[in-house]
Amino acid sequence: MQTSTSWRSFRMAAWLGWVIESNWTDPFLFAVYSIVKPLSGAAILVIMYGVITEGNFGSALFPYIYLGNAFYIYVGAVMTGVSWAVVDDRELYKTLKYMYIAPINIPLYLLGRGGARFVVGSIAVLITILTGVFFLNVKINLAEVNWGLFFVSLTIGIIMLALIGLMLAGFTLVTARHEGFIGEAVAAALYIFSGAVFPLDVLPEWLRPVGYFMPTTYWLELLRRSLVGEVANAFPTLSQFSNLEILGVMIGLSILFGLVSIWIFKICDHIARENGMIDRTTNY
Amino acid sequence: MSTLAIETKDLGRIYKLRGNKKEARKELIALQDVNLTVKKGELFGLLGPNGAGKTTLIKILTTLLSPTSGWAKVAGADVLREPDLVRPRINMVSGGESSGYGLLTVRENLWMFSQFYGVPSKEANERIEALLEMIGMKDRMHTKSSDLSTGLRQKMNIVRGFLTEPEVLFLDEPTLGLDVGAMRDVRKFVLEWLRANKERTLLLTTHYMMEAEELCDRVAIINKGRVLACDTPTALKQRLQKDAIFEIQTSPLNGLSQQMLVDQPEVTKAAITETETGTKLNLSLVEESALARVINLFTQKDVKVMNLIKREPTLEDVFIDLVGRSMAEEEDSGQPE
Repeated sequence: MQTSTSWRSFRMAAWLGWVIESNWTDPFLFAVYSIVKPLSGAAILVIMYGVITEGNFGSALFPYIYLGNAFYIYVGAVMTGVSWAVVDDRELYKTLKYMYIAPINIPLYLLGRGGARFVVGSIAVLITILTGVFFLNVKINLAEVNWGLFFVSLTIGIIMLALIGLMLAGFTLVTARHEGFIGEAVAAALYIFSGAVFPLDVLPEWLRPVGYFMPTTYWLELLRRSLVGEVANAFPTLSQFSNLEILGVMIGLSILFGLVSIWIFKICDHIARENGMIDRTTNY
Repeated sequence: MSTLAIETKDLGRIYKLRGNKKEARKELIALQDVNLTVKKGELFGLLGPNGAGKTTLIKILTTLLSPTSGWAKVAGADVLREPDLVRPRINMVSGGESSGYGLLTVRENLWMFSQFYGVPSKEANERIEALLEMIGMKDRMHTKSSDLSTGLRQKMNIVRGFLTEPEVLFLDEPTLGLDVGAMRDVRKFVLEWLRANKERTLLLTTHYMMEAEELCDRVAIINKGRVLACDTPTALKQRLQKDAIFEIQTSPLNGLSQQMLVDQPEVTKAAITETETGTKLNLSLVEESALARVINLFTQKDVKVMNLIKREPTLEDVFIDLVGRSMAEEEDSGQPE
């Protein structure tokens, strides 16, 4: 019974999330948006990189930045996708209270809503990487890609991001008015400290431990290594560690962050029920 | 096996309100020592003005809000300790709001919620069709809910509540904001649904006296978080049968106050309501002869009587008897629910 409750919570939430994500406009506009949005994000980065390095696209730094930025799309999509479901359901659709009184598993419901964002995010990641390969000389040799490492890292990373999203959903539940900014603020912080667009060596020494504590740092490193192995070796930050060691650290940190996130969500959920915040709207 | 669908014991809820920078946190007593029992199969009404605590009580009973004292059981399970046992057996509809996913059609919205309750898909579709037919909006089944009027969206929500065939259904002001025709449809729908199965229980909150009188088997009158009386509408009204009740339409009262009316011998209650057409007074008199003194007072204050009728007591009179003023007056001194 418990399993079926969990499964239907996740399945129906994913369905709902997908309908919301894909139906907000007509199919043609949705397709255009899905292509233009990630390309615009990548274009800003490529132009900035070109200006600063005077067009040195042959450097190992370029695929480092480009791939880090491409995979970082998942952070915004999955993590904020989970937490934003609280804002959407409570403020916009006014259905959160009906979800809360239904016999469903609320964390799995929220994760399911994030699942839809994962699908949309995957389209954006794929488009960005293909553009890099075909037009910007990002060299990915399919024969040399470590597919096993890639899919294992990607899967663990997505679960980790979804669970961090659950923690943000908890904060969102108990935060008045500014709840929309929480996901964006955390995503921006992770962008700086996860080595997404520059190696951690660039940060002041006293700030680097923050980056070493983030599971996203190891996740992005593993994704880069699995696709273009030599890029990782060009930067000293994590070069002394093997793939397996980094995978171990990422799994350890993901479990830690996951457990803390679930714990925080439960506390916030309890506070929300105590203080009558489940159906509170701020009318903005 | 308990015959009770809802049971509360000394139930209380205090909200801690955040003050501004100069003020300390305040406490608002939303519910105080609420003791209620609702039998299976009953249509039970909670009647009270806005801010009386009706919605707070429903939130606690539907596991959305924790009580600060006492306990409550719904369908035999404790709402605080066993919410997972309560939820599959209840549902709720709040009136006066446009909830739902605008991108989904009416059918999709309803089907999705049915799936959250584990209703088999085929059965859910059959129920959706039947319920939409009953409430008179089957022709809108494939309309996106964002394209529905407020009233139709509210009707869709009402169907959502009934769709899962809950043992206990909570309707919080279900007809709020609806036009007269839609209100009639909803009330008819509620009664038909309840008659179809004797095990179904419905708790309805309303501040419409007529609605409570027309629908409810029993009514609890609630004000400022306290249950003041609980009985059948007939029994509640019989409490006032000893009094003569007059409804008087007058010109402006020219300084004549409620207290001046109550100070008259044999006038037990007086409630003043300003209406679009003038001033309406509800007077309870021990003896009809007291009316002459009231009319005399009107003459002294140059108040003209436009209309005067003697009538049977209503639940509004019961409320006035219990609280000392009308529901509209009580709402003016309102507090958040």
